[in-house]
Amino acid sequence: MTTEARLDRIRGAVPPRNHNARTIAALTSNPGCARRAIMDAAGVDKQRLAACAGFPAPFGQSQFAITRGNAFEAQVKANGCAELLRLLREGLGLPIPEVSYDDLEEVAGNTSRELRHARTRSLLARAAASGADAGTLFDHPLLRLAVAGQQVYLEPDLIAFQLHGQFHVVEMKSFAVIDGQADGDKVAAAATQSAVYVLALRELLAGEGYGPDSVSHEAVLVCPENFSNAPVATLVDVRKQLTVLRRQLSRLERIDSLAELLPPGLTFDLMIDEAGVAFRPAAELTEAIRTVPARYVPECLASCEMCYFCRDEARGTTAALGRDVRDDLGAVETVSAVLGLADGTLTPADEQAEAAAMLQAAARLRRETPGGAA
Amino acid sequence: MSTLTALARAQAVARRIAQPVATVRHVHVSDRPLVLIPLALAGEANAPLAAMVGDEPGSPRLVVVHQPRNRDQRFAFAAALAGIVVGYVEAFRSAVETIPSGQGREPRVRCADAPQVLVPNPAGIGFVRLLGRSTRFRRSYGEYAVDPAVPVLGRWLTFLAERAEYPGSCLLLAATDALALHWASGQSPVEDLNLAALLGWIDPPAGMTGPEAAAAAEDPVLWPPAGPVTDPTFDNEVLAPLIEACARAGDGTGARRRAESALEAAVSAQLTPTWGLMWRGVGLLRALPPGGRVAARWDGDKDAFTRHAEHLRAGGPPQPRRDSAVAAARRLDWMERALASYAVQRALDDPLVLAEYRMTGEAFVGIVTAAEPGPDRRLGQAAQAAPADHRHHGGPSAGRGRRPAAVPGPARAERAGRLRVAIGPAGAGRTGRAAAGRPGRRGGPGAVRRDGPGAHADPGQRSGGGRPGLLHDAVRLLPAVRDVPAARGDAVDARRPAARVRARRRGR
Repeated sequence: MTTEARLDRIRGAVPPRNHNARTIAALTSNPGCARRAIMDAAGVDKQRLAACAGFPAPFGQSQFAITRGNAFEAQVKANGCAELLRLLREGLGLPIPEVSYDDLEEVAGNTSRELRHARTRSLLARAAASGADAGTLFDHPLLRLAVAGQQVYLEPDLIAFQLHGQFHVVEMKSFAVIDGQADGDKVAAAATQSAVYVLALRELLAGEGYGPDSVSHEAVLVCPENFSNAPVATLVDVRKQLTVLRRQLSRLERIDSLAELLPPGLTFDLMIDEAGVAFRPAAELTEAIRTVPARYVPECLASCEMCYFCRDEARGTTAALGRDVRDDLGAVETVSAVLGLADGTLTPADEQAEAAAMLQAAARLRRETPGGAA
Repeated sequence: MSTLTALARAQAVARRIAQPVATVRHVHVSDRPLVLIPLALAGEANAPLAAMVGDEPGSPRLVVVHQPRNRDQRFAFAAALAGIVVGYVEAFRSAVETIPSGQGREPRVRCADAPQVLVPNPAGIGFVRLLGRSTRFRRSYGEYAVDPAVPVLGRWLTFLAERAEYPGSCLLLAATDALALHWASGQSPVEDLNLAALLGWIDPPAGMTGPEAAAAAEDPVLWPPAGPVTDPTFDNEVLAPLIEACARAGDGTGARRRAESALEAAVSAQLTPTWGLMWRGVGLLRALPPGGRVAARWDGDKDAFTRHAEHLRAGGPPQPRRDSAVAAARRLDWMERALASYAVQRALDDPLVLAEYRMTGEAFVGIVTAAEPGPDRRLGQAAQAAPADHRHHGGPSAGRGRRPAAVPGPARAERAGRLRVAIGPAGAGRTGRAAAGRPGRRGGPGAVRRDGPGAHADPGQRSGGGRPGLLHDAVRLLPAVRDVPAARGDAVDARRPAARVRARRRGR
């Protein structure tokens, strides 16, 4: 059975969910998690799966945030990106004398991904070949990136072709930049996402015979300024993110080798009937999910739909108590082992000797301290 | 995080209730704190939706914005909040106390107490900072005029938010931070940011265990998020229709009033559970005995409050958008000093915090058998004879010891002179120089690591006329002290020039 067929079987009889820059960025934050890698590669609807297994994800998006994000993007892109061009010209000093604007959302009414990608490819190749200072904006381009051996389609907000023969990725985000500063976590997330696009764009152009220099490592981040709706553009150097991303993507265990280890009959099919109701019993799903090993860390709570399931599974492990505890206790994996080593009732394995000595000292200090509640 | 805290977390899991990581309270809790729970509209930079605020558990006050995207309503909210917050803060300006300055200088006068604002979580502090930024530059005249109270609110909020960055300052506190400083829960620090879950671990309701209470606390219907972010489901299913109803109804109509009170009721229901949690948290903290140096740190807060009140009274300008280079360097310097002395003070106040340094070998237990006062060569000052009861506190070094000046009184006294310390079996006395204020030497060869793993200092063996004492590894330091100049500059150390300038000024 090919890997494709394996993954189709794992997903079940529903259309696959797409990877996007956000999920790839999340993947790099916890690259050791085989469960997430398999589910994302197979295009499993994790949100629904988690809910059917009895652990609905804690996420949801507020319609206020969605409205705001869409309104901001529409404002920047209005009238053939007039606002954006002003920013690129004035704010960043990128000389764009003339501009053409290509919307690649559909190709002659057809929205199939293969067609859109082919069209993106030919247009970008033509722009790169012309070599002139063609100030071309590509809206809704469709790129492709190999993630864990699978081709994944990606849709950046915009690509601008600039002077000096370099493409720039433009990322629009609706979080505010206040006095030149924005929320660090959000900027970092945006930079990682931009890096995903830069990488995909470089891969595409490499196929046309262009070197990595054809795509700038500086992405243009467009955000509202201060407390207004007025956009402001900032160049964000994503070289560091690119390095991390490349390393993590190469480290991502190849999906086929992961899939080989799974039982052949494994499927997360929810048995959805015509009315859209899922019939698969939760206990059966739970058993199926558990055959794929996860690597839970509390940070998953912010990014993965399966987090409550995995957290429940990880109860009683040191990993569930946070990275600090896990790092501190190194080779000790469960809470009961921590306590056993601390009070000396458990004999440490060789690699646990150091942690055990630390724990015994800690237990003694807590015991000796009045009020320390040993 | 140390192994000590990791162990406490593991114990919390096993015992199904949070475990103490402090024996005393390290934060000041005002007799009359102002609890402030802000809510913001999702997706916007700083669009306040509502706030529940007040200094009495029984009488919360609710301020609601009926159309959060409307600029005028936003500033009407700020004005209403100013009426409560500025009134509370400025009431502390009236009562003053006189502090002797010593050495023939005039005694100075400062506010006898200072305001204390409590928000649920660190994101609440972020909200205060942003609201301060969006209001402090507003003008009460000309185009886009706002209520005169609005910029005053902005300046006080900015002051509080800036002060919250200072280690040990208690003018603006996040409840989750303050609680996590004293208890280790059986969940991760990420989950501790949920006030309801953290309190569930610390003080579960009758008939529930910590993990059960924490799990229940994650249901946004039972325990709505403590802000400023609201529950997305609440946004989509409750808030959005209500805001729209308010917008649809004409001004001044009965329909508008009904829509507005429905919105207020819905928002109030989101805030009320957190209001109760905040005061429960205050009660838990109050029940702990205060650490010995908490009051002195609060005096520092009172000084800062007095300075800012004076600045406002004198018509000084609002805080700038960005610090100038000099102001930034100065602030960094103060914050580093505050961090170093805060770490030392907490350790000296609390044996359980000191135990963290004993784990790493930065502090140890011994018996002081003799003390011989002498000059402190490194500071070039004649040593003052330290009070005897301070001698035996061997504290951790202040910020890896690069700032002798930041070491508080008692630890400073130890640097002076020579102590005879018996470590291990009684009678095996060693002479050493107590060395608070030396670069860290975690587990270096030959270090006296009596407390670290594998080394047993049996408390039963302490005897003789001496007292058990805690000192830095003294022996190894004796020769080193003479060789090392007082302040060793690093390649990157903005504080050094500042210290030199201060020294020169003093000399003049």
